[in-house]
Amino acid sequence: MKQSWGVRIWRWSIIAFVGTYLLVPLYAMYDFSTKPFGFQDKGRTFRAWSTIPGQPDLMPAITRSLITAAIVMGLILFLIVPTAIWVHLKLPALRRPFELLCLLPLAIPAIVIVVGIAPLYRWISIHMTESPISLAGVYSMLILPYTYRSLSAALDAVDIHTLAEASRTLGANTTRVIFGIIMPTIKTGIVNGSFIAIALVLGEYTISNILNYKTFQVVIAQIGRTNGNVAVAVSLASILFVLFLLLLIPTKKRRSTVLDVDLV
Amino acid sequence: MSSSAYVQLVDLAKHFGKVRALDGLNLEIAQGELVALLGPSGCGKTTALRALAGLQELDRGLLIVDDKDVTFQSANKRGMGMVFQAYSLFPHMTARENVEYGLKLRAHKTASDKRKARSAELLELVGLSTHANHFPHQLSGGQQQRVALARALAISPKVLLLDEPLSALDAKVRTQLREEIRRIQLELGTTTLFVTHDQEEALSIADRVGVMRNGQLEQIAAPSELYDRPKTAFVAEFVGLTNSIAGNVSSGSIEILGGVVKTLPGSVTSGTGIALIRPESLDVVASSSGNGTVFSASFLGASCRLTINMNDGTRVTAQLPSSESAGIGAGAKVAVSLLDMPVFVKAAG
Repeated sequence: MKQSWGVRIWRWSIIAFVGTYLLVPLYAMYDFSTKPFGFQDKGRTFRAWSTIPGQPDLMPAITRSLITAAIVMGLILFLIVPTAIWVHLKLPALRRPFELLCLLPLAIPAIVIVVGIAPLYRWISIHMTESPISLAGVYSMLILPYTYRSLSAALDAVDIHTLAEASRTLGANTTRVIFGIIMPTIKTGIVNGSFIAIALVLGEYTISNILNYKTFQVVIAQIGRTNGNVAVAVSLASILFVLFLLLLIPTKKRRSTVLDVDLV
Repeated sequence: MSSSAYVQLVDLAKHFGKVRALDGLNLEIAQGELVALLGPSGCGKTTALRALAGLQELDRGLLIVDDKDVTFQSANKRGMGMVFQAYSLFPHMTARENVEYGLKLRAHKTASDKRKARSAELLELVGLSTHANHFPHQLSGGQQQRVALARALAISPKVLLLDEPLSALDAKVRTQLREEIRRIQLELGTTTLFVTHDQEEALSIADRVGVMRNGQLEQIAAPSELYDRPKTAFVAEFVGLTNSIAGNVSSGSIEILGGVVKTLPGSVTSGTGIALIRPESLDVVASSSGNGTVFSASFLGASCRLTINMNDGTRVTAQLPSSESAGIGAGAKVAVSLLDMPVFVKAAG
């Protein structure tokens, strides 16, 4: 059915407004990061961008943050997802308390979490490792509200009980049921939750800064104190990188039509 | 316990809170037999099937399959094939992969080539060989249930368990698929337990039908016996239509509609009783001095159903072959009598 012109104009107006609202700050960042340095440059310059690779702390910080994100992703796949599935399948009475528990990090300010967790990280840095990768532990807690909501929605959308029982009668044990049947079925929910978690980990500043770990965002802030143009260039690059990751979330819709409408 | 029983459910009991889902259920199924469990919602039929599949723990009882006690064996080791009421195909797998799934789990026993051959053979058996590479969302409900049947049969199950597999389908597809299930079951000789609340479905394809009530088996018999010779009032009233007509019972007979017919075992033996009479057990002929007047007539194709107001104020339903109902329409005076068939009589009140 064709849409009326009024609806089309209304729709495109909204898209244009939201697009402008989101793109103007990005353009402003691009504009600021390509402004000339002092008097020697004229017009646009990419000097700030070209100095990014030369920043001494930046590359190790990016690597550390990416490794941390990968560990968080591993924790999501092998701990949070199976737990959520287990609760949905076997402990339905615990669904509400579990959901509440997962939403707690959203209600508690990051600064409060840091105060609570600082002694533990002091102990970790003395007795185990000083690497910021250990932040994966606290991050996997912080991302729970987003990951759990995404997983929960995916688990509610399919009849996982019947799928689990069907695979059990065919000979699958619990591990196979979870990893071979349920996880592929809720793949989109897992991917969505994971990417949001990665975006969150790469963008986190408060906890890592207060705990004195040099993560990506902490280093950007440090660069910003000495060279604003470079800091903004790095920030824009990181936003584009996360945007790229989010675009990887599968958006391909399943064809819902039945190909052959035959008798049975 | 008969030695010919391949599957034995012995004294099964299961409570859900205060509800007794199973209350001392006993059932035997011979090898290659198709038994249907029929009953109203909450009678325990699905609980019994799930217990046999290993998906439901029991409070008490024994489950024996092929002379082995499987009561405490986990579902994934029982070797039962099950088709569920809800669509249960794995959405990320094609029809062929779904059928091969159970065989893959037995990978050490089933080589890849054998697996492929087996899935092709089964998809052909259910008439879906051209849909082997389709995903579940590309299949209609009936096609999905046929793939689910092929998947359940792929593992050569000891017992095929069908948990109302046709209830989500429309009437025409349901009729076709139930006949197909019966054909395949007979071809493969798979021992089958079929749970349904649809009596037509149960009576049309089962070797024996068990009627359940309050967690117990009320009666189990061949469909025709269950219909013609019910042992309890519940079975008589639950399976098929019945007219309730009061009459005097004495020495194994009841006097109703101006005639005397024998009563079935289990009926009341004396005093006033209510005879439960099938619509087709009534004979109706047009007669100006008859004992009833036709209130309405419904044409059903091969037969015609008449609702008749009797002169004594009661109302009965009769079913005649269409060829015998010509000229008997609404308002016609008719003589209603009972064919000489034994009837079940329950206590009055």
